[in-house]
Amino acid sequence: MKTLLVAEFREGKLRAEYSQLIAFAQQQQTEAAMFLVGNAGELPKFNGTLYLADAAKHGEYNPTVHRQLLLDVVATEQPAQIVFLHSSYGWDLAPRIAVALQAAQISEIISVDNGLPVVPVCNAKLRRSIKSTTGRTVLTIQAGAFSLEGEPEGAPTVVAIDTDAAGRVQCTGYEAAKLEGVDLTKAEIIVSAGRGVGKPENVAMVQALAKALGGEYGASRPVVDAGWVEHNRQVGTTGSTVTPKLYVACGISGAIQHLAGMKKSDFIVAINTDKDAPIGEVANVLVVADLKQFLPVLTEKLGAR
Amino acid sequence: MNILICIKQVPDMESKFKINGEGTWYDRADLAWRMNEYDEYAVEQAVRLKEQLPNSDLTVLCIGQDQASESIKKALAMGCDKGVHIADPDSSQREPIAIATMIAGFAKEELFDIIFTGMQSQDRGSAQVGVMVAELLGIPAVTTIVDFSYDENTGAIQVKRELEGGSKALVTATTPVVLTCQLGLNTPRYPTLPNIMKAKKKELRTVLPAPAAVDARQETSACYFPEKKGGGLVLEGEIPELADKLIQLLKEKTSALA
Repeated sequence: MKTLLVAEFREGKLRAEYSQLIAFAQQQQTEAAMFLVGNAGELPKFNGTLYLADAAKHGEYNPTVHRQLLLDVVATEQPAQIVFLHSSYGWDLAPRIAVALQAAQISEIISVDNGLPVVPVCNAKLRRSIKSTTGRTVLTIQAGAFSLEGEPEGAPTVVAIDTDAAGRVQCTGYEAAKLEGVDLTKAEIIVSAGRGVGKPENVAMVQALAKALGGEYGASRPVVDAGWVEHNRQVGTTGSTVTPKLYVACGISGAIQHLAGMKKSDFIVAINTDKDAPIGEVANVLVVADLKQFLPVLTEKLGAR
Repeated sequence: MNILICIKQVPDMESKFKINGEGTWYDRADLAWRMNEYDEYAVEQAVRLKEQLPNSDLTVLCIGQDQASESIKKALAMGCDKGVHIADPDSSQREPIAIATMIAGFAKEELFDIIFTGMQSQDRGSAQVGVMVAELLGIPAVTTIVDFSYDENTGAIQVKRELEGGSKALVTATTPVVLTCQLGLNTPRYPTLPNIMKAKKKELRTVLPAPAAVDARQETSACYFPEKKGGGLVLEGEIPELADKLIQLLKEKTSALA
């Protein structure tokens, strides 16, 4: 079975996540080729054919252009699987390819069990295993779900590709992440507030615990989106990825995007009323309690030590 | 401007899920239902655009069982003008391309300038339908937007796409276009009581789904609860004892209290 891996390039740089695509292909033991709209001066470390379009010519991500380039490669390579990362690039481009090829698309694969891709559904509370019934399948893999033991190695055989396709939307630039102020990636102790805090006033309980532990406070996405905590304290895929010695998740159910940003912490404590919350999967200790009752007591006892 | 907003009704994610008899999806019984959170941002953005351009017409479309009309009513109470309910008892079993084909079939009969929808649903979470609708209609799509503005003089749409690590791509587009909305795009309003009353008088049309236009491309082999990964200690009991136990564990297992 032939697999085509779709690597990513943004703001003039190759995205290192391509190694996860290689890890997926290795796990499936399939013959793989790679596609990249990138730069010949910065090639992925990969043994196989690399179909390379020039990002300097085509500019930053343009869906119409990338779709055409990729469809041309699919026509040449005839892969059974086309694999993307489940990323802002992958989930944008993959459905376009699936529609054009009339192929099944399976999104956000976390594992392959008995030959069938498995995806998380319902805020990761459930899993679905899915069978494609088309000869060709478009897949996106969850960030971090597949990884190589070491660094990727090798040198690709480059095949230059090009197109005259032009798109109707234009990427005109980038806005950098706002990371001034606190840098959670350097904190040794982080106490984070999730949706379970219920209302903005309760964020103070989380802040108080963070202070009692001598750490920083953070938050999951819903709390930041609600404006209760500033964005530079958001932990997760679109915020900071943190690895403190102690991470305390207060009222955080454990959406995949949050787990990806904190699961490598040395010690994880979760405080949640729901014993079955996905955060329990990564927590060393799950305290089943209402944080509004539990946090003040814990903070007081810590202060009295 | 003629605007379509595609919404989905999903279970409240805090619900206790059970697997259905076929083992292919969750059991619909005993769940609380609500508008897909991502779609609330889509509705809000459309309503804000209508505030900017009062001549706009906002149609909200939802595919699903009878109760899905409740989510349409919420969208109407938030400010949409009319609702269309494609009454499809089997929608939860349909794959993304099938749903997208139904939406595109509806949308191609009217020329919509902008189609807003959530970037994914909270239950299936495929993030495919919005883009597929655009591809089927042959119009551009910009996904995962966290900022939107429309320039009345030039007709230019400026959006910001959310990328990994918190950076954003600045993207310009023109109509017609499909925009898929990410959380945080705006602050969705709560319908006020007067607007809820007004919404009852708005047009809500129920139509039957067209016969399946696409062959199945995938099937669910199984739906199940993830295996509990052992190792994690679960503490239950009275609050003060829980706090003592946790402090003891932190002392033993971490250097946090050193």
